[in-house]
Amino acid sequence: MNGRGGAHEPAPRITRRGMMLLTLQAGVVGALGWRMRDLQIVQNEHFALLAEENRVNIRLIPPARGLILDRAGRLMAGNRQNYRISMVREQARDPEAVLARLATIIALPPEVQERVLKEMAGRPAFVPVAVAEHLSWEDVVRVSANAPVLPGVVPEVGLSRFYPDGPSTSHVVGYVGPVSESDLAKLEDPDPLLQIPRFQIGKTGIEAKLEADLRGEAGNQRIEVSAAGRVMRELGRVEGTPGKDLELTIDLELQNYAMRRMAGESAAAAVMDVTNGDILALASAPGFDANSFVFGIRTGEWNALLNDDHHPLNNKTITGTYPPGSTFKICMALAALEAGVVSPGDGVFCGGSTALGNRRFHCWKRGGHGRVDLRRSLSQSCDCYYYEMGRRLGPDRISAMAHVLGLGYAHELPIPAVATGNMPDAAWKKEKRKEPWTTGDSFNYGIGQGFTLASPLQLAVMTARVASGRAIKPRLVRRIDGVEVPVEPAEPLPVSERSLKAVRDGMYAVSQGGTAARSRIVDPAMTMAGKTGTSQVRIITAAERAAGVTANEQLPWNRRDHALFVCYAPYDNPKYAVAQIVEHGGGGSAVAAPIARDILLFALCGGLPPLEAYPPEQRKAIEEQRAAMGLAGTAPAGSDRA
Amino acid sequence: MSLLDAGHGVGAPRGFGKLLALNWPLLLLLTAVGCAGFLMLFSVAGGSLHPWAEPQMIRFGVGLVGMVAIAMVDIRFWRLMAPVAYVVSLLLLVAVDVMGFVGMGAQRWIQLGPIQIQPSEMMKIALVMVLAAYYHRLPVAKVSRPLWVILPLLLVLMPVGLVLEQPDLGTAILLLAGGGAVMFLAGVSLWYFAAAIAAGAGAVTLVLKSHGTDWQLIHEYQFRRIFTFLDPSADPLGAGYHITQAKIAMGSGGLAGRGYMQGTQSRLNFLPEKHTDFILTTLAEEFGFVGTASLLALYCLIVVFCVASAISNRDRFGALLTGGVASTFLLAFAINMGMVMGLMPVVGVPLPLVSYGGSAMIVLLAAFGLVQSAHVHRPRNRD
Repeated sequence: MNGRGGAHEPAPRITRRGMMLLTLQAGVVGALGWRMRDLQIVQNEHFALLAEENRVNIRLIPPARGLILDRAGRLMAGNRQNYRISMVREQARDPEAVLARLATIIALPPEVQERVLKEMAGRPAFVPVAVAEHLSWEDVVRVSANAPVLPGVVPEVGLSRFYPDGPSTSHVVGYVGPVSESDLAKLEDPDPLLQIPRFQIGKTGIEAKLEADLRGEAGNQRIEVSAAGRVMRELGRVEGTPGKDLELTIDLELQNYAMRRMAGESAAAAVMDVTNGDILALASAPGFDANSFVFGIRTGEWNALLNDDHHPLNNKTITGTYPPGSTFKICMALAALEAGVVSPGDGVFCGGSTALGNRRFHCWKRGGHGRVDLRRSLSQSCDCYYYEMGRRLGPDRISAMAHVLGLGYAHELPIPAVATGNMPDAAWKKEKRKEPWTTGDSFNYGIGQGFTLASPLQLAVMTARVASGRAIKPRLVRRIDGVEVPVEPAEPLPVSERSLKAVRDGMYAVSQGGTAARSRIVDPAMTMAGKTGTSQVRIITAAERAAGVTANEQLPWNRRDHALFVCYAPYDNPKYAVAQIVEHGGGGSAVAAPIARDILLFALCGGLPPLEAYPPEQRKAIEEQRAAMGLAGTAPAGSDRA
Repeated sequence: MSLLDAGHGVGAPRGFGKLLALNWPLLLLLTAVGCAGFLMLFSVAGGSLHPWAEPQMIRFGVGLVGMVAIAMVDIRFWRLMAPVAYVVSLLLLVAVDVMGFVGMGAQRWIQLGPIQIQPSEMMKIALVMVLAAYYHRLPVAKVSRPLWVILPLLLVLMPVGLVLEQPDLGTAILLLAGGGAVMFLAGVSLWYFAAAIAAGAGAVTLVLKSHGTDWQLIHEYQFRRIFTFLDPSADPLGAGYHITQAKIAMGSGGLAGRGYMQGTQSRLNFLPEKHTDFILTTLAEEFGFVGTASLLALYCLIVVFCVASAISNRDRFGALLTGGVASTFLLAFAINMGMVMGLMPVVGVPLPLVSYGGSAMIVLLAAFGLVQSAHVHRPRNRD
């Protein structure tokens, strides 16, 4: 039988092998079915979760930043709408043509168009690319009206920070700027908001220090995205919590006035409420406009600020430190009285200089003051008296009193880099200079020169403490989100009332025939007590002194003396204290005192003071000065004060 | 018609009766699976007939007509055509190696006039046909003699070698399986199979061992697929991406799925090749376990109907052919499902009748045309 014959026979069926094959196949199918069940039913939850993670993106919704208001609720830092225009390549179809058309509607330099085209080419077609920012509302309206011929052009609105009184409040409020890599590195802040490109965070001032309160919490938007990142739809949205509004102790009107009063000078003024430590003004001139920093400052503007010899970027009230000069005599007088090394009536002879070994320490008055008691030592600011007090007290007792009055240590304020100043004792010199304390050092200490350094804020605290007799602490924030920041009741100073009275009396005499007589206030309800100061920034050699000390006016500006003045009023019922410095201004009585008086009066009156508060012979000059400042006539005094 | 054997004439349906004699349950099952494919292609296109569902429907229609046409031709004619089909396919495979152009990283296509053909697909049928014809003629007593085993073995290994050369591991496996199934059904001694399995295991070991040496036996990308299969989590965004995402999509469907057109993973493009090799994931995501198990059941029914037809067919060629096609078909969907579910490496085998792809589907329907022909023209009982 040949091969073909096999087909003729009853064909051998494949039943047995067929069944075997079926069994084998059943096994394969069983394995598949088992795996399906395992993946889809047993492990369903696990994979469903992974799928959700795949698909859902969380987008952050930046919260509105908290407002910064002054004590009367006036806006110091707010948010305003920032109109932007973005473009989506896939909707634009021909981006180049659309951009060219857009350029006929809004200002769009060729280099910007080039950047946009380049950016779009480098990204997926559906990603919006920013074309222009900070547009006016009119621009946005024009773009919207032309929407039909501008496919893919999307107007958007976001919030950005603005400072209505930028140049006068920037030192206190600070500014925000886009978060930078270095910020991220040093912040160790896990807040996902910081990951938003160009998210604005506080860089200086209160904006930086109270960032946590101001920032708020991010909301989020759950969006479905494709594998390529395209947004398909919104699944849900949780609105964020806006930042907390801060109400400062600052009086914006007073702050603005102080800034205008100091215009042209490199100066600083701190105004404090003597009763509770509220800081009403922290003015540092010249100012700078914080608004320039919000979107990143231009190099030219930045360099101009940096190279200005009046240092507009420095917050001189808080971070600037100066030798307090004769204003320190307040502290000296109090220390001497408390230590019992002198009593108010004791006389010290001033012959124009005091000899120490072969050195001579001069009084500012060449001929000397003759016999000087405590009251005259303050009113005439006799240096020899305080050389003597320095000798009698020694550094440690001076330093101790300085600390009691709020000098020599950093006050707690929500502003970065609050200056410590320097009120040294013997141990300090040993440690820092590796030299023992000398009597000469004590002499210099006595007149607030040498190693002593204080910030205007510290001098304001000193003045407020002497005026109130209490350990007033400076306060800058009144309310956070409407909730009052509690004021600790200030403890009485560990100083006798008698000593305080004697010092206050001396300070009163300063404005009554003393060194600041010209800057007195004649309104009996607002009488002022104060102390002038002139601190040297150069060393006067013996040769120069022999030839006659060069007048300040003949020196180059940056070698002239600093002019200082501290004061409070009213004398019998203190309300406000002012510390004033005019860098390289010359004499404290001539330059600093008039400015400080004007600011003090403005604070007392709650606006421009009536001319009657000024000595009659000065009223005409004051009027002229106001006119020059652009302040018309006399403002109604006594407007309500929060 | 002296070539045709007498036995087939008795009681065989003629003319229009042939249509009625078709294996209608099988035809309906195939159509049902095809429809499942249209549904999924419509869904992955985001609810659109374009670009996949409509061409697929047209091709399926053409394939179905072709299947019936093939079924109408006497099975004895196809038996005679078997060697021709095999030789032509083999020559085309050689031609692909010589002049084929590169597509998807593998030389698989050949351009004949206006149409592209994939010889390896044709070979899947031709190999089953030629082996069935071989055993049809070979006396049963000789089936397990070594000499008579070597010849069919060569018939299998020649195209397998050529396909591996392309390289197309998936088709090579399917060819081995189809050929092996026919030999198995023909009654070749089980010892040969045991030996082949042992040799296969040895070969796999050898291949794995060859990695990184200068006599490396398979391509680097194939190695990568094997390694990622073994540990997909090692490279979740690289080579392991396919497997990980496929499992996520499968698993997230749950029992009943997210609902038709509600699948998120495939629609949002997390899945690669969502309309071709990985289309099962969309089904799994949208219809859940119910959907995948139903599809598996449909496939099984197709195989069972084929095997039942084969077992009851006294025409040896028809029986072996039917069994071989059924086995190839089973292995095709098993490999696809297995790779999508992470049971085996990704070897690039589409889900039969469901995945988008013209050539494979038309060839598959043609193979079922042969199965139908064997059914229609089976020897009717003389008693």
